[in-house]
Amino acid sequence: MANRDDIKFLSNPKIGQKRQKYCRFRKYGIKYIDYKDPDFLMQFVNEQGKILPRRITGNSLKYQRKVATAVKRARHLAMLPYVTDLLK
Amino acid sequence: MNQYEITFIVDPVLSGEESKAAAQTYVDQLKNEGCSIVHVDEMGLRQLAYPINRRTSGVYYCVEFQTEGGDVIPNTELALRRDERIIRFLTVKLDKYGVKYNDDKRNGLIGTVKKKKKKEDKRDNRDNRRRDNRRRDDKPKKEAPAKKEAPVKKEAPAKKAAAKKEEEE
Repeated sequence: MANRDDIKFLSNPKIGQKRQKYCRFRKYGIKYIDYKDPDFLMQFVNEQGKILPRRITGNSLKYQRKVATAVKRARHLAMLPYVTDLLK
Repeated sequence: MNQYEITFIVDPVLSGEESKAAAQTYVDQLKNEGCSIVHVDEMGLRQLAYPINRRTSGVYYCVEFQTEGGDVIPNTELALRRDERIIRFLTVKLDKYGVKYNDDKRNGLIGTVKKKKKKEDKRDNRDNRRRDNRRRDDKPKKEAPAKKEAPVKKEAPAKKAAAKKEEEE
């Protein structure tokens, strides 16, 4: 019968580990989020052009708010779409 | 002194000179109203993310200026709204970080910012990889509980038996 230790090495033990999320703006000292830079804002938007939640991006609340306003401004200026499919 | 930034999209149907002239009228208007122009950025012809008035592209301009406040912004916005050459505009008040960011951008310090962005892009790829891993992980996970459950069940009756024994004692 398979021992417990054998089962452990059938799959990569690192797969189950969660990577620590962090706020990239805090970490790299980015204070201002430019709404005229759609390539950068692309990272905070899903394939349909919806703003990704904090739970996924790991942004702190302060910068998530700034990201959201920046994305909305970019949408107004037609730099990002309001609705699409297959954005990425 | 507050610093503001007006970004607007000029109709692409106009020739290069005409669109420049359109942008220049607003720069002049701001100057006449006593603003000090910090920078005029011509971002050039870009594809719009969605059609506006049946236009699929537009010439972007960004005018950065300082003013004491007052009627400057309502007046400019009214003029922009009345102008048919302007497809869309947006006025934003810059905070101290915004002013600094724009300064850095003009001085070519975006290079460093871009590097950071590249790093972030790499991290994004890693994120994707992680997502892929998760997807790959899903299948083993379904099997894994079954394997885990089996020994647990075996252990559990043993414990129960032990408990029973204890009770009997």
